[in-house]
Amino acid sequence: MLKKTLFVLILFAGLLAACTGQTPDGSATETRTLTVMTHDSFAVSEDVVAQFETENNVKVEFIRSGDTGAALNKAILSKDNPLADVFYGVDNTFLTRALEAGIFESYESPLLAQVPVEFQLDPNFGALPIDYGDVCINYDKAYFEDNSLTIPTSLEELTQPEYTGLLAVENPATSSPGLAFLMATIAEFGEDGYLDYWQQLVDNGLVVVNDWETAYYTNFSGSSGQGPQPMVVSYGSSPAAEVVYAESPIEVAPTASIVGTNTCFRQIEFAGILGGTENRDLAEKFIEFMLSPTFQEDIPLQMFVFPVSNEAELPVEFVDNVDIPTQPATLAPELMDANREAWINAWTEVVLQ
Amino acid sequence: MSLRADRLRSTFKKPTWRAALFWLLPALFLGVFFYQPLLAIFNLLISPEWGFAPSTLNWSQVWQPLRFTAFQATLSTLLTLLVGLPSAWLFARFTFPGKKTLKLLSTLPFILPTVVVAAGFNALLGPRGWLNLGLMALFNLDSPPVQFLNTFGAILTAHVFYNTTIIIRVVSNAWSRQNVRIQQAARVLGASPWRTFREVTLPLLRPAILSATLLVFLFNFTSFGVILMLGGPQFATLEVDIYIQAMHLLNLPLAAILSILQLICTLIITVGHNHLNRKTSQTISTRSRNMPVRRPKRGVETFIVVVLVITLFTLLVSPLAALALRSVVKLDANRGERGEIEQGFTLQYYTALWENPRNSLFYVPPIEAGRNSLVFALITIAIAISLGILVAYGQNQPSRLNAFLDPLLMLPLGASAITLGLGFIIVFNKPPFSTLTFPILLPIAHSLIALPFVVRTLGPALQSIPASLRNAARVLGARPFRVWWEVDLPLMAPSILVSMIFALTISLGEFGASSFLTRPQFPTLPIAIYRYISQPGALNYGQALAMSTLLMLVCAAGIFLIERLRLPDMEIF
Repeated sequence: MLKKTLFVLILFAGLLAACTGQTPDGSATETRTLTVMTHDSFAVSEDVVAQFETENNVKVEFIRSGDTGAALNKAILSKDNPLADVFYGVDNTFLTRALEAGIFESYESPLLAQVPVEFQLDPNFGALPIDYGDVCINYDKAYFEDNSLTIPTSLEELTQPEYTGLLAVENPATSSPGLAFLMATIAEFGEDGYLDYWQQLVDNGLVVVNDWETAYYTNFSGSSGQGPQPMVVSYGSSPAAEVVYAESPIEVAPTASIVGTNTCFRQIEFAGILGGTENRDLAEKFIEFMLSPTFQEDIPLQMFVFPVSNEAELPVEFVDNVDIPTQPATLAPELMDANREAWINAWTEVVLQ
Repeated sequence: MSLRADRLRSTFKKPTWRAALFWLLPALFLGVFFYQPLLAIFNLLISPEWGFAPSTLNWSQVWQPLRFTAFQATLSTLLTLLVGLPSAWLFARFTFPGKKTLKLLSTLPFILPTVVVAAGFNALLGPRGWLNLGLMALFNLDSPPVQFLNTFGAILTAHVFYNTTIIIRVVSNAWSRQNVRIQQAARVLGASPWRTFREVTLPLLRPAILSATLLVFLFNFTSFGVILMLGGPQFATLEVDIYIQAMHLLNLPLAAILSILQLICTLIITVGHNHLNRKTSQTISTRSRNMPVRRPKRGVETFIVVVLVITLFTLLVSPLAALALRSVVKLDANRGERGEIEQGFTLQYYTALWENPRNSLFYVPPIEAGRNSLVFALITIAIAISLGILVAYGQNQPSRLNAFLDPLLMLPLGASAITLGLGFIIVFNKPPFSTLTFPILLPIAHSLIALPFVVRTLGPALQSIPASLRNAARVLGARPFRVWWEVDLPLMAPSILVSMIFALTISLGEFGASSFLTRPQFPTLPIAIYRYISQPGALNYGQALAMSTLLMLVCAAGIFLIERLRLPDMEIF
């Protein structure tokens, strides 16, 4: 009968609940809690955080809140009742929005002295740079070798006939690397020229998909998905990730990035103390900690981006497999914030319709 | 007996009051956890900070996605009916070898997060999918001949794949509960089988078919992941547009307007459906006999059954099988060191799931993710079933209150997960209901989505219980609770079990709200899958596939368990 069913289910639920109950929480009463809000790509080593926790007798709670846009939206929407003490993960494309909404409290960390000035985009020290990365075109080394094709060195060359149908990009309306690549083309060809360039790309068999996952794993021939396109818009650090997450240990990455003038777009990520925090002292310490060599050196292999601090050393996988572009594309944050929507809409009309 | 108690009693004899009493808890639940956060978001529209100016609105940005949404939802729903109705007939009328397995497998698609389904279709039909690999080997081709991803066809196929099970479950459940004596009477009176079907069976099935169609349509209407991942950039539904506006352009006013539009459409569809769906449900009479299940007759019938089984298998099972297969097969060596090729069977992706080589703080052991998913699913079942039973009783009262409350209950199906998620952030930011400290918000969000399903399944079952049965029990001296326990509950048991499966599957596979409300301490399986697939590296991709296969197994186990539990005594009714 159903009674039996219900009984078994209740028993089952009880058992499972009992299992869950074992998770330790709130054991110590004296320890304070610091809450850090981040985007979904945030990652850190357990022992690195543990070190901060023991040194300051604090429990750090991370709330991952969706992708960059989603996390920032949450922080802005909840600014009257902040959900966290520290926010990490706003990048230069969204920086102006965050600063205009006034979610950060100013904090001029002494450790900023170790950070190059070009990363310090907020003159009021609300948002402090933590890491940077480049969105670049990755190419499949084997494909270019097998077909004795020369590797393009500029965005302009991608419109040449020998590269017809070989490039997959993401939709800038739905993907953050896609948006970054659009910004790179605007930096290279200017607001007057970028749409013509995209038209030429479309005529040259450009493949557009919605998200990075599809572009990289379904369309790109250099990933384990082994799709039809040997070039894809991804991250400058992706070749290193291919080595770190290889199925069997390898030393040389199967892919590499095209690093020419303006072929890569530089994304800088910032952290800041959220206005209205009741743990200002701990929040300051955490910002210090994020800029310290311990955390900075943990960044590359956890998040596959680069530390901003001059003091931090890079892991060998990065030194061997990642080319850092000397002349990455950048645009002023205010310009990006003011025009993002218009640029995307114009792009949609040219490329998708 | 005191006069007051007497008056109280007579008040609650009025249907409206009784309905109100049943509705009290569910309405409270919806009000707090659905309408409150939603209103909070819409409230932003008029707040000076986000300053919405109607003059700046480009209306084509609103109409275009609306047109496409309605178009693809209609087409998808028709196709789903085309596959689902014959399948419901198959499951309701016939026994055949492997029936239980096929029923179990056909429920699986419904649960799977879109990331997994996209990976499944990719493993089957993508440029490096099994089909293309096979064709390329067979005909010696250089490039994949089948272009499936990023087409309109992919959207339709995925929608049929996802939703056929709703039609099968709801319609075949109603079909098998039909009183065969009515059909027999029609036949005796000289009606042909076709006429009996058209004039007796079909009208009796109408409420179930309409209910199921409505649910499918709403799901297609609010489709998000399928459009985004399989349809590609050319296609945008309202929900996709809401996501783009809210998350990438930070244009919350436009996102809110699109959300309101989507809600209005849902409301219209639901009200229209209720209007169409005048109560035609059939009550079980004491002499009722359920439709017998039998083997198909030789000849045409067997042929049709075989064709249906093969169709279902190809459509619903093959993408899942392709995914599972891909998770244990290594296709090529790492391309960095070409030459050392080690193709073939591997369990590497599965063993890697249990390792945390980078010592990451956010590493999720699969067992833990599975357990969290199950706990959340059980809480969802508990909330959705208890509230669902209350609502079903409320609806069973002949009161006009229902016409008003019922659409409000259905609205969560049409609400954008993104809008609701943002609303949760604004409203629930203080203890005890804080998105930070109150992990139960996730199963609550899941219950909101599951509740309409539960009610649509339980309602018809409850209506079909004749008053005479209850009266008989009462005359024989049973107290109200005992009447409920011994008459109502057993008669509703099959529908309660179907509802449980819906609640379980919705909770296990839901990703949209989950990505908003999951606490890092309690990651669920879909979240864990996403964590792998969003990083480059062959191992990550393999692990995402392995984790997806594990999710399928957990779901299959859950459904199997629920189906199993009912077996022994169910045949009584």
